[in-house]
Amino acid sequence: MKKLKYERPIINKIQSGMPDKFGMSTRVQTISDVEGIPVVNIIKNYGSPTFVLSEQTIRDTYQEAREAFTTRYPKVQFAWSYKTNYLNAVCKIFHSEGSWAEVVSGFEYDKAIDNGVKGAHIIFNGPDKSDEYLAKSIENDSFIHIDHFDEFYSLIRIAAKSSKKAKVAIRVNMDTGIYPQWDRFGFNYENGDAWNVLNKIMLSKDLELVGLHTHIGTYILTPNAYGVAASKLAELAVRVYRKFNYVISYIDMGGGFASKNTLKGAYLPGKDTCPTFDDYAESITNALINSEIQPENLPTLILETGRALIDDAGYLVGTVLANKRLVSSRRATIIDIGVNLLFTSFWYEHEVYPVKEVSEQTEDTTIYGPLCMNIDVIREVIKFPLLQKGDPVIIPRVGAYNMTQWMQFITLRPNIILIDTSKNIHVIREEETNEVFSRQEKLPEHLS
Amino acid sequence: MKIRNNIAISDSGFVFDSNNGESFTLNKIGLEILQMLKNSRTEEEITQKIVKKYDVDIETFEQNYFDFVGMLRHFNLFENESF
Ligand SMILES: Cc1ncc(COP(=O)(O)O)c(C=O)c1O
Repeated sequence: MKKLKYERPIINKIQSGMPDKFGMSTRVQTISDVEGIPVVNIIKNYGSPTFVLSEQTIRDTYQEAREAFTTRYPKVQFAWSYKTNYLNAVCKIFHSEGSWAEVVSGFEYDKAIDNGVKGAHIIFNGPDKSDEYLAKSIENDSFIHIDHFDEFYSLIRIAAKSSKKAKVAIRVNMDTGIYPQWDRFGFNYENGDAWNVLNKIMLSKDLELVGLHTHIGTYILTPNAYGVAASKLAELAVRVYRKFNYVISYIDMGGGFASKNTLKGAYLPGKDTCPTFDDYAESITNALINSEIQPENLPTLILETGRALIDDAGYLVGTVLANKRLVSSRRATIIDIGVNLLFTSFWYEHEVYPVKEVSEQTEDTTIYGPLCMNIDVIREVIKFPLLQKGDPVIIPRVGAYNMTQWMQFITLRPNIILIDTSKNIHVIREEETNEVFSRQEKLPEHLS
Repeated sequence: MKIRNNIAISDSGFVFDSNNGESFTLNKIGLEILQMLKNSRTEEEITQKIVKKYDVDIETFEQNYFDFVGMLRHFNLFENESF
């Protein structure tokens, strides 16, 4: 006699007067494959956990974003924000779509060069640019986005020694109506610092003012804030034109578009609240087109979009290690994916899905990572179905920041695979081994 | 270990505690086990029956059974036990 399919026995208390948020379905969704490749095969062949990236999704998302802007504005250029995900394979996909590189350190700068990006297609941002790299950027015709006065004076000194002019923009911070206002990077618009440094640049014989830059924050849910920011940069461009009869070639609006992940504490899922690329594009391009910049002088619009271009393309697949019942009677499930790999779980309520069909029954569950550390919580509470030890799980939308901000902590970092547009699988970063890790260490003689 | 007398179990997996008006839902296996407990079956008898009927090994079931009984206790469905 064939045995019946088993599931754990469970009992749930019915809470009266506590409806689910907006009657959202608690039906258990499963994700069994990525781009047609079964998750169980991925785990079998590449281990658990494994990061998975979809090249198709990266390209589709990029093309959708580009179209939102190019259909509204004549000159648009994307620059891939390296810190969001600087795996070479990922950068090369963006470069092959036409993206430049946006870097914030010498390490990232060299990575862009190694990835074949022309110096003149590198935007160098951030508060930390060494003299060596400022000199290199001048030689390579890269765009240097000045962050503070100390950097301005370093640049004057270094550029004076070069036969070339330094191509510079300034980073501007400003009030766009959103909270918190980022004021630690760049020069403030409202207090006149930005206008002040622009004048200094215009008077310098070694610097060539090419652009204006801002990055108003990250995960910005209000497209209108971009409109405000673009208007203020346009206003600066107009003032420069009036005073110096000089045309600024580009306005760079930075990154910050939201992804479909849900922020902690948000009432509705990110899928429902995330503006579209069209929303952001409409706001930014309207502000530029409606500004007092003359049509023939309209600057190139640069975008350094990070998370919104890559989050959806990344998945983490892993395995249930154990189930527990907490003293509070809450179920706890321990998986082999911890905050060491899923850094973004500090600010997102990541979705976690079973891979195989399971019963419709769910229970409020806390999902812990495998680290022997109290902070290792992937989800405080999620309606989760009955999974057993060894069952696979998948976490979608992990493409942004995790593969750069991850920590080598307690355990080693796993394989990252890319599924290309023909569904071939490539390991694009090998799992770390003890040997890789030990190579960096040196034992003093008396301890060896 | 005995389920309290004022616990009503419906065939559809709905449990009502007339002491305090609280109600609970169970999945199919949970319901079967609760009914067996109500009929004073021992853990051994229950395990044998489930393992024979469902595709599960004894070890997994014992763990799940232990957890399930813990929840029944948490919800106060057993008669007072002395530890
Ligand atoms: C200067 C700059 N540009 C672009 C980005 C990318 O931002 P996001 O991932 O929010 O789009 C960042 C991220 O912090 C940044 O600092």
